[in-house]
Amino acid sequence: MITEKSDQDVSVVHEIVGRCRDIEGNLIKILHQVQSHYGYVSEAAIKEVADLLDLPTAKIVEVLTFYNFFKLHPPAKHNVAVCMGTACYLKGGETVRENFNNALNIKDGETTSDGLFQVEAVRCVGCCGLAPTVSVDDKVYGAATKKDVEKIIAKYSNE
Amino acid sequence: MKRLTKEDLLNAKKDELAEESKEWINVGYSTCGIAAGAQEVLDVLRDEIKKRNINIPIKTSGCVGKCYAEPLVEVCVDGMPRVFYGKVNKNVAIQIIDEHIGQKKLINDHIYESDTIAKKVVFVQDTDTGKKKRLRDFCSAFTDSLKKFDLEGKVEIVRVADSGVYNRGIVVRIFPDDFLYSGVSNDDIDRIIEDSIVGSKKIDSLICGLKSKQLRIVLRNCGIIDPEQIKDYIAHDGYRALAMVLEWDDPEKVIEEIRRGGLRGRGGAGFPTAVKWGFARNEKADQKYIICNADEGDPGAYMDRSFLEGDPHSVIEGMIIGGYVVGASKGYFYVRAEYPLAIERIHKAIKQARALGLLGENILGTSLNFDIEIRLGAGAFVCGEETALIASVEGERGYPRPRPPYPSVKGLWGKPTVINNVETLANVAILIYKGGDWFSKIGTETSKGTKVFSLTGKVKNSGLLEVPMGTTIEEIVSDIGGGLIDNKNIKAIQTGGPSGGVIPTELHNTPVGYESLQKLGSIMGSGGMIAMSEDDCMVDIAKFFLQFCVDESCGECAPCRLGGPQMLKILEKISEGKASLEDLDKLRQTSMVMQNASLCGLGQTAPNPVLSTLKYFEEEYKMHVIEKKCLAGKCKELVSYAISIKECARCGLCMRECPVDAITGSKKEGFVLDDEKCIRCGRCFEACKFGSVVRY
Repeated sequence: MITEKSDQDVSVVHEIVGRCRDIEGNLIKILHQVQSHYGYVSEAAIKEVADLLDLPTAKIVEVLTFYNFFKLHPPAKHNVAVCMGTACYLKGGETVRENFNNALNIKDGETTSDGLFQVEAVRCVGCCGLAPTVSVDDKVYGAATKKDVEKIIAKYSNE
Repeated sequence: MKRLTKEDLLNAKKDELAEESKEWINVGYSTCGIAAGAQEVLDVLRDEIKKRNINIPIKTSGCVGKCYAEPLVEVCVDGMPRVFYGKVNKNVAIQIIDEHIGQKKLINDHIYESDTIAKKVVFVQDTDTGKKKRLRDFCSAFTDSLKKFDLEGKVEIVRVADSGVYNRGIVVRIFPDDFLYSGVSNDDIDRIIEDSIVGSKKIDSLICGLKSKQLRIVLRNCGIIDPEQIKDYIAHDGYRALAMVLEWDDPEKVIEEIRRGGLRGRGGAGFPTAVKWGFARNEKADQKYIICNADEGDPGAYMDRSFLEGDPHSVIEGMIIGGYVVGASKGYFYVRAEYPLAIERIHKAIKQARALGLLGENILGTSLNFDIEIRLGAGAFVCGEETALIASVEGERGYPRPRPPYPSVKGLWGKPTVINNVETLANVAILIYKGGDWFSKIGTETSKGTKVFSLTGKVKNSGLLEVPMGTTIEEIVSDIGGGLIDNKNIKAIQTGGPSGGVIPTELHNTPVGYESLQKLGSIMGSGGMIAMSEDDCMVDIAKFFLQFCVDESCGECAPCRLGGPQMLKILEKISEGKASLEDLDKLRQTSMVMQNASLCGLGQTAPNPVLSTLKYFEEEYKMHVIEKKCLAGKCKELVSYAISIKECARCGLCMRECPVDAITGSKKEGFVLDDEKCIRCGRCFEACKFGSVVRY
């Protein structure tokens, strides 16, 4: 489940750990910053954090896999997050998800072969007023219809 | 920036603390506003103002709560009432500059809220949906009548988008006297002009008795002030409660004030805040902590996000006061990582508060030391539970711990810790500032103050609202929410998210409060309120929430780890038509075990959505079990589709939509659906514009 990529430059991990070394309970804070920089937490980064904090690798993997937010695989260029909060679910979030999966021909959690899109279902993003919503990278869209979905994909395909 | 002292805040008059412009344009700039297009609106407004050399400042604020009308722009200029324009796009933004500011003319169809107007203006709205022609006829009849009275051009008629009244026919609001009439017909026009416009006389038979049910106390600043400017908050009486508390120099007095106000935790459980603070205060320790729980996990609720995006300082002020009272010098914001804008605004707010001497050492020139650090959650619903939250702040997996010892005795790093919800903390400053007696006058006997709800789902006006405790569910859904989309019948309201339950229509006269909702088998929860229509299947809803809890169960204790998936299997059997009546009893039994034996709140409350749907909609469950039917059409295995040849317009859309080629035929011969091939996705049913695809 952990992606091999041992040649990753982990110098930033050193900086991050250095910055957070004296903070109590710093592990999640460090992992957040690692993910924010690299887009995910690689095996190389995990080993580096373990070494620098003198913790077993298992301990770090344990925390990483407990929380939904952490990614162990490199992200696609655009991350499509279909909201599956209650309001979105009631207003057809399931269909939005199907529409994205069909249009991109991938299942949840998969990445398109060109590495452009990844689709995942997420918990409420707090925009229930616009339900059903989808966020692409950090931007939130109301995506009630199939046409909206097509438009969103077209927009990001050309970027 | 100069550091403030408590005297600065206590003695200063408002305008000395921050010079406020008398004219402004304010763009609602919160996550929902931005998602709806606020950035483009902001850019256009800035461009146009610059182009025309208009000297009016444009500011941004948080969410005013009318999410259904985003993007929202508030305009306040000389000679015009303060108006909120909603559903603003590029064109409306230009109209605001050209017409509202340039020609001092109100814009049709986009007004969502307005102050009283000193001129002769008439607002009209058809509050029944889908009656465009009726309103057009009414407006032209009104214009004709004005001519008759020789008032043409002297009275402005404006079509508004939201008069705050719903499903009451044509509504007319008349200025300058501010009469609100509902159910108005064309026959009333002459009388209205003669009596109320010419004569300033109220027509009692037309008066709309409806008063706004909302009372904005905690949300008072949201959508009004600029959350990124601490001076804006200070100009709205911000940090005065803190100065008062430091002036009293008596933490017990603060606890007493909060006890008198009757403030209870807004995170769901409703524990009295004064008691919680008192426990932690009485503990002897070298270090104590206060944590703000902003890990808003209920899917479908976003009150906390709005507070943090719209008025972060009110929460910070509550935390400082809490820290002072319990003797904690350090506070933590535990925020969902999924709320980037909220995090950014808290960051800025903390920085600004430090610069003004409101955080850090010697706060406001006193001996108080208190500082705040942000810790990000990482997407685990169980971390809303206080002991799991503590584990997460400590950098560990969010595993709950058995209580007692309670966090107020042994919490973060083994030290006494107070954990308060965002809304609870946002209540503290205003309670202190206005006094416990004032606060306790709002609400019911046991539930004091107001409650913020995020009303979503099938309701027309999805958004954030604040009502005094004791307001009924019916009032919230109909009078504020405007009823359901497409005027569908309401089937149930769900409160409390995955830990809560459904409340059927016949109980919607229940006033909201901690005990009243609990009695119905639901909970107040953090404030998610979701409206469901007859198109929603209660088995499906129970499955949705239970699936959520199964996904989010941390796996530590057996009742939750094993009970959840077992119940989910039974629910799946029911929705596939494979269950027997015994299974309903099994659901109840497993629920009881989970409620009694789970370690933390997640497992204890996870059965609530199942039990409450079972309690109020047992017939619907039985329909699934015995007759193998799902009337709402949500349980795919229990519905079938067919094409009614008689009504078929032969457009062929259904055939094109079908993903598995189950529909065959031609425009000449008509279309047929092969039940064997059909996967029950319902796309043909949704697509057909003639109602000729039937579900049975």
